[in-house]
Amino acid sequence: MDFGKLFELVVAASLINNFVFTRFLGLCIFFGVSKKMETAVGMSITFTAVMVVSAALSWLVFTQVMLENALYQGSPDLTFLKIIIFIGIVAAFVQSADTIMKKISPTLYYKLGVYLALITTNCIILAVPLINAGEGYDFLESIAFGLGSGLGFALALVIMASIREKLELADVPAPFKGLPISFIIAGLIALAFTGFSGLITL
Amino acid sequence: MSHIHRTNLELIKNGIFGENTIFRMAISLCPSIAVTNSLKNGIALGVAVVFVQTMVNVTVSAIRNFIHPKIRIPIYMLIIAGYVTIIDMLMSTYFRAIYAQIGLYIQIIVAFASIFARAEVFASKNKLVPSFMDGFGMGVGFLLAMVVISFFREFLGKGELFGFTIVAGKPLLIMILPAGGFLAVGLLMGFFNWVDIKFFGGKGASGVR
Repeated sequence: MDFGKLFELVVAASLINNFVFTRFLGLCIFFGVSKKMETAVGMSITFTAVMVVSAALSWLVFTQVMLENALYQGSPDLTFLKIIIFIGIVAAFVQSADTIMKKISPTLYYKLGVYLALITTNCIILAVPLINAGEGYDFLESIAFGLGSGLGFALALVIMASIREKLELADVPAPFKGLPISFIIAGLIALAFTGFSGLITL
Repeated sequence: MSHIHRTNLELIKNGIFGENTIFRMAISLCPSIAVTNSLKNGIALGVAVVFVQTMVNVTVSAIRNFIHPKIRIPIYMLIIAGYVTIIDMLMSTYFRAIYAQIGLYIQIIVAFASIFARAEVFASKNKLVPSFMDGFGMGVGFLLAMVVISFFREFLGKGELFGFTIVAGKPLLIMILPAGGFLAVGLLMGFFNWVDIKFFGGKGASGVR
């Protein structure tokens, strides 16, 4: 259990290859939810939780079922189905989490449940299992990567939300109101994040 | 919202201008920055989206009377995932070099809100030919948006187009970095909004605010 490598993965996924600012994934949700701090925080928690579990589940299915000779000697190579299967896993998990949360903890569901539905078509949720499969991470590494991406997304959301809340009071020219100015701000934050690129030298 | 009386040309125009995925509806933004650092990549993804969007619209429209409303969402996802897998495999075989750079984003097409939304809003309620036109128009609108953004980013960021050097001298390196992508899209969106407000009396882009 190489904790150094795991820690490296978390840092890499959250800061150096931040999913929003470096890989440009999850933007629709990013711009949609970052208007207010409380929605941003709520989404971050839900997202990180779903991310870690999805990463674990899809790793299990990928390595135990889909790879060649995984199920039994001579079982076919099903990796070409990974797009369909990963989306299926995420959708199924989100649906069951939705139902379970409603039953077990209605207050929690009331607070966070609405974000669950938004997560299903999030680019990041699909990208992390795909990257895990592509890079051939083992179980703990996949979870570390998922955790890192969730933390990175949370960081991006919180930063953006705090700026946008202040932006409400600023005098933005009409053509730029709403999305364009948010994009430009995201660009400036992305510029700052470029500074992380030398953090871990390989 | 019935589009039955629109002509096919109007449907295509709607996809390119009126409800352009990136600049007006402002959804499916993720790839607009990721792959637009060069014209080749931008066009590659744009063409992939045209293919998937058109085929998905056609398929959903063809079987729209047989889908039970309660399970329509998984069915749409299955159809979209199927076509994305097809184009993914095609690209990885015939366009190796480009696929090596944007492979992940081709697979992400599956999560595009725009394709899913069109299937739900239009294709499930309209006949085959209008659905084809609508999907094609939306896809072409997306492709054009990709071309516009990639054009600016590659030209300013590298002084090249398609790998051919147009302007020698120090380019604006930031444009091909991730930060530049955000800036380029933001400025272009602002520009399109300005055109819209000034010349068409509109109110700017709708969508995620």
